[in-house]
Amino acid sequence: MESEVLVSVRDLKKHFPVTKGALRRKVGAVRAVDGVSFDIVRGQTLGLVGESGSGKSTIGRTLLRLEEPTDGTVVFDGGDLADLSVGGLRKVRPRMQMVFQDPHACLNPRMTVSSIIGEPLVEHLSMSSRERNERVEELLSLVGLNPEHANRYPHEFSGGQRQRIGIARAIALNPDLIVCDEPIAALDVSIQAQVVNLMEELQDLLGLTYLFISHDLGMVRHIADRVAVMYLGRIMELADVDALYENPLHPYTRALQSSAPVPDPAAEATREKIVLVGDIPSPSAPPPGCVFSTRCPEAVDRCRTEVPVWREVAPGHGVACHLVG
Amino acid sequence: MTVDPTPVLRVTDLTTRFNTQDGTVHAVNGVSFDLADGEVLGVVGESGSGKSVTMMSLLRLIPTPPGEIAAGEAIFEGDDLLSMDLGDLREIRGGKVGFIFQDPMTSLNPVVTVGDQIMESLTVHQPARRREMRARALELLQLVGIPSPEDRLRCYPHELSGGMRQRVMIAIALACNPTVLVADEPTTALDVTIQAQILELVKDLRVKLGMAVIWITHDLGVVAGLVDRVLVMYGGQIVEDAPVDEFYAAPRHPYSQGLLASLPSATSRGEKLVNIKGQPPDMRQPPASCSFAPRCPHAFDRCHQENPVLTAVSATRKVSCWLDEVPTIPDTEGAGHGV
Repeated sequence: MESEVLVSVRDLKKHFPVTKGALRRKVGAVRAVDGVSFDIVRGQTLGLVGESGSGKSTIGRTLLRLEEPTDGTVVFDGGDLADLSVGGLRKVRPRMQMVFQDPHACLNPRMTVSSIIGEPLVEHLSMSSRERNERVEELLSLVGLNPEHANRYPHEFSGGQRQRIGIARAIALNPDLIVCDEPIAALDVSIQAQVVNLMEELQDLLGLTYLFISHDLGMVRHIADRVAVMYLGRIMELADVDALYENPLHPYTRALQSSAPVPDPAAEATREKIVLVGDIPSPSAPPPGCVFSTRCPEAVDRCRTEVPVWREVAPGHGVACHLVG
Repeated sequence: MTVDPTPVLRVTDLTTRFNTQDGTVHAVNGVSFDLADGEVLGVVGESGSGKSVTMMSLLRLIPTPPGEIAAGEAIFEGDDLLSMDLGDLREIRGGKVGFIFQDPMTSLNPVVTVGDQIMESLTVHQPARRREMRARALELLQLVGIPSPEDRLRCYPHELSGGMRQRVMIAIALACNPTVLVADEPTTALDVTIQAQILELVKDLRVKLGMAVIWITHDLGVVAGLVDRVLVMYGGQIVEDAPVDEFYAAPRHPYSQGLLASLPSATSRGEKLVNIKGQPPDMRQPPASCSFAPRCPHAFDRCHQENPVLTAVSATRKVSCWLDEVPTIPDTEGAGHGV
């Protein structure tokens, strides 16, 4: 497999200012993403896992420059997105798309399915309305919906079907990259499998590259090639999927894996569980040293004072922890 | 699991409908089950399968109208919850039957302190001197593992994290030493590491307090580690009722089989996930045939014509499926139909 890097993120930071008073004086910052680096290889899927508030979604949005990064670079197919003007960005936008979590909220209830899927075509291509209708029908069949339903409204579809509409819209302009922000979290179990299968089929068919943001570790193991584990705006561990699940090095990765319940009573009864104490700290006042040190069962004094540096402990397997290596 | 001949709660033929502008929604169709003393019962099913409405109906917490409990009885300690006087039912709600809801943010009152909310439940059911109730509230916060409970009594819900709020909800539900605790998706809104904390807490409390628990969830992983017995709901009906080990070893109803098979496993990468084709049923249709038949890989003529009833297939298991209609299959292992 050729391993051409499509997206290269270096030391990305996104801080949201916290303001106070009538003059909107800046009194602090929420460090949603605080120095994150990773690559996504073309045609592969990078899974991004972590708890809520860990900055997963902000990474997705900053990657597409829906949010302006505070610092750092995002290189997409050889070009730095931060350098682009509004017009230049507009040319790149069709190549990177997004699928959202809530299929109820991300489709305009007053637009028909054909106008929802056709909107990016109108915006970025000059197609005749007939060509556009043909393309919409083609897209609908591609995502497993009946093309005859093109004139229906979103409320006439179930949650899983609506997510298919969202996917059809995302692939309408033949993008290279799709950021999938918790695409199956709002769906029922039996429907999740349908949508994940569809996403994998489309990836093979169209050569798509995914950033798959999820808190479902089981599904990420199924779909991802590489997985990044996030905590409080930083990547704790990044590795190929097998290495990460079979040989997790960071204490947080281990805790996260052991917290995810296994659908097997025998395994549940015997497996070792690491129950973390406390909650994820506020990203506006992250702890000094390692951000995980306040909950880490293995933390030593050094963890509370010194920020661990990112180290590659095996080819393609990086970790930020003092205790590893 | 205690084998108690008289269950704490026996629900028979519960039927709940909602009369809406778009027609009647048949949310719960003839649900029957027993809850043994001290048993943890897991109720699984997709959204719209009637899990929550069933449990809400038991305590008559559904809004009427549009809701209507059309039939059935729910015998709790010798009395029928569905026909008893509302005043008596109020004694039971929050007293002998505790409730935990999914979203602690919306079920706690934002302008009342945590301590007062716990004491409110005590004031209604076990009135005592304020100092005594305060002591009880403190004890409850300690029981559910809230750090520095003295200070937390004076906190408002927004000052607590999601996991802490859910612990407060549990404390309120436990305030009057319930015999039955009904928990409706209590960990769904929480992160996995916090969910793990709450699950450990409930397992611990269940041993300490010996109450029966009904745990509603859609997460088959949570069920595996927590419950004694599983009820699977689909289209407002119970399609399978089985002990947890037997259920996971060999699910019997085609829907249960599909549900378990659709979960990704450690080895499923690169393969297609098994999925249940089609969409969940439209609950506006009265249940004249098996509601799973349109999606079922084994469906035959009878499935489309007649609605199967929940039938015992072994000493411990019940399934509602025409494939299982032979009344007693002489196995207790419960061999599946082969997916």
